[in-house]
Amino acid sequence: MLLIVEQFLNGLQFGLLLFLLAAGLTLVFGIMDFVNLAHGSLYMMGAYFAASFVAWTGNFIFGIVLALGATLLLGILLEFVALRHLYGRDHLDHVLATFGLILFFNDAVRLIWGPAGLALPLPAWLTVPVAILPGIYYPAYRLAIIAVALAVALILYVVVMRTRVGMLIRAGASNREMIGALGINIKLLYTLVFGLGAALAGLAGLMQAPILTVQIGMGENILILAFVIIVIGGIGSIRGAFLAAIFVGMIDTLGRAFLPDLLRQVLSSSAASTAAPALSSMLIYLLMATVLVARPEGLFPANRS
Amino acid sequence: MRAALWLAGVTSLALANSAIAADTIKIGFVSTFSGPTAVIGNDMRNSFELALDHIGRKMGGKPVEVIYEDDQQKPDVGKQKTEKLIQSDKVDFIAGYIWSNVLLASLKTAVDSQTFLISANAGPSQLAGELCSPYVFSTSWQNDQTPQAVGLYMNQKGVKSVFLIGPNYAAGKDMLAGVKSTFKGQVLGEEYTVWPSQLDFSAELSKARASKAESIFVFYPGAAGVQFLNQYTQAGLKQQIPLYTAFTIDELSLPLQKENALGVPGAQEWVNDLPNEQNKRFVADYRKKYTGLRPTFYGAQSYDAAQLISSAVEAVKADTSKKDAMKAEMEKANFKSVRGAFKFGNNHIPIQNFYLQDVVKDADGQLSLKTVATIVKDDQDRYHDKCPMK
Repeated sequence: MLLIVEQFLNGLQFGLLLFLLAAGLTLVFGIMDFVNLAHGSLYMMGAYFAASFVAWTGNFIFGIVLALGATLLLGILLEFVALRHLYGRDHLDHVLATFGLILFFNDAVRLIWGPAGLALPLPAWLTVPVAILPGIYYPAYRLAIIAVALAVALILYVVVMRTRVGMLIRAGASNREMIGALGINIKLLYTLVFGLGAALAGLAGLMQAPILTVQIGMGENILILAFVIIVIGGIGSIRGAFLAAIFVGMIDTLGRAFLPDLLRQVLSSSAASTAAPALSSMLIYLLMATVLVARPEGLFPANRS
Repeated sequence: MRAALWLAGVTSLALANSAIAADTIKIGFVSTFSGPTAVIGNDMRNSFELALDHIGRKMGGKPVEVIYEDDQQKPDVGKQKTEKLIQSDKVDFIAGYIWSNVLLASLKTAVDSQTFLISANAGPSQLAGELCSPYVFSTSWQNDQTPQAVGLYMNQKGVKSVFLIGPNYAAGKDMLAGVKSTFKGQVLGEEYTVWPSQLDFSAELSKARASKAESIFVFYPGAAGVQFLNQYTQAGLKQQIPLYTAFTIDELSLPLQKENALGVPGAQEWVNDLPNEQNKRFVADYRKKYTGLRPTFYGAQSYDAAQLISSAVEAVKADTSKKDAMKAEMEKANFKSVRGAFKFGNNHIPIQNFYLQDVVKDADGQLSLKTVATIVKDDQDRYHDKCPMK
């Protein structure tokens, strides 16, 4: 029972982190029709900025806020300098250019911070275990991740559904050409959306940094999962990204937790531990393939024409 | 005429080249110098360089040249680099190897070319058993030995049950097998995690808690050890289930693990405060040369590797073609090891003591590792019978 509660929370936490990463990606892909492989690099930069600013200022919260701002600025700068020249071109051009950016960011990080990676230590008040149910302790920091990610999801919902800017974003996701024709400043909108995506990716990167890792190339594996999520959820749809991310996070975590035991009935211990993570990844890709076959526009498409 | 001149030129170059090559002792060193575990590779390189300084940078009168190569923690890259060092750089000795899977992948190249390979860390069970070779020596241990010592210590403390967690690769499997071979209590669970990518151990920690085991044993070198201790403490397990470790807490990870490591015991064949003269000099000079850093057991083993190579070269007066004489000399372990005197077994794995190391806070609040007791003396690995060498 304890195990299930903990694993459920872990799956939720992982899913919410994935949502933050996927939300930015789906907005950029949906509104700007831009395949951004460098999204994983922005995730990495968020983590590196956070580790550096927290070490520099000595204050966790202040360092995090600075890092978010820095990632937002980096995203806007990137869009302004490099990416806006690629709009309207073939997706392959986007892939090539942003792949080059991945290599650029990896080596820039190696030059500036060295090859060994960084650590982001937590302040004492976040390392205490919290008793969520009598006898069941869950790390405070992971609860904080869930809380922050849910808050951000709520803010995103309010902004996208209830504000004018959000209306423009939704309209752009539905029909990009039309809002250009309606006289909206498309360039500014695109820059804002890209900056928002970058900030979300940076937030995901810096939130996982204290419990997982800050190292070169950390964004590459998780970017693949983010693309799977936006395909399952529907490109341009934040609601789709949210649900798909929770789903994928749960499958991955619960698979890692319970599949080895199931497999151990038929295989040896280490063989079961080798096969289980592979099987749970397979489940995720199987889900994506099923969605592509049954409902190619995704589970909650943004109704693009 | 021109062809003759060209031929003469090339021949003299070739002769000169081989003459130059014979004038230095070339050592290849394969370790990890990129990514989060680069700190281990740097410690090994620093210690190897310090040993060469202490020897005077010459072996048998000839200057020493070391070529360091990065295996990026990947077996295929390690194998490539080993091949490059042996076939292209033509090294006389090859040393290093943190990771058991990298060593196993690179072994054949060294053995087939009859190049002496000194493992300064990795000790897979196959190396001590069927794959032993006259050309391969270890200045570290066989992977099972250290967790076996932990198992013995747990028996001494009267621990009745344990939950095992380790990474799913050669060394991880050896470590958990080592504990199981000496621990007399019940093993209530055995979990292997994806290596090296999995850094989230919450699932395994939850299962350990759910199993109601009296203790947890882990093997997580490098950054994974830092994250494991973080997550173990954050999950509130530190007050509930005591932790026993091998290779998880060392001088490199301790500054990052901080108070999480207090009171968590581990076993080691070398701790920084061993009282022999050679060790005191090693630690003192290391801290002087590399300010702010402390040597770890990885470094101590690399220091010994340099000394082992030097003893062999000195014995043949730098004539590295006398491989049998060098092998005979190395088998005597005729050098002052920083862990104290030890002998080699038939499989060229050391027969040595294992000590209990604990993390304590000294008077000014600094965390350090201390030798608390000797767990076992002159321990030999349990695979030496499988090695056909005598």
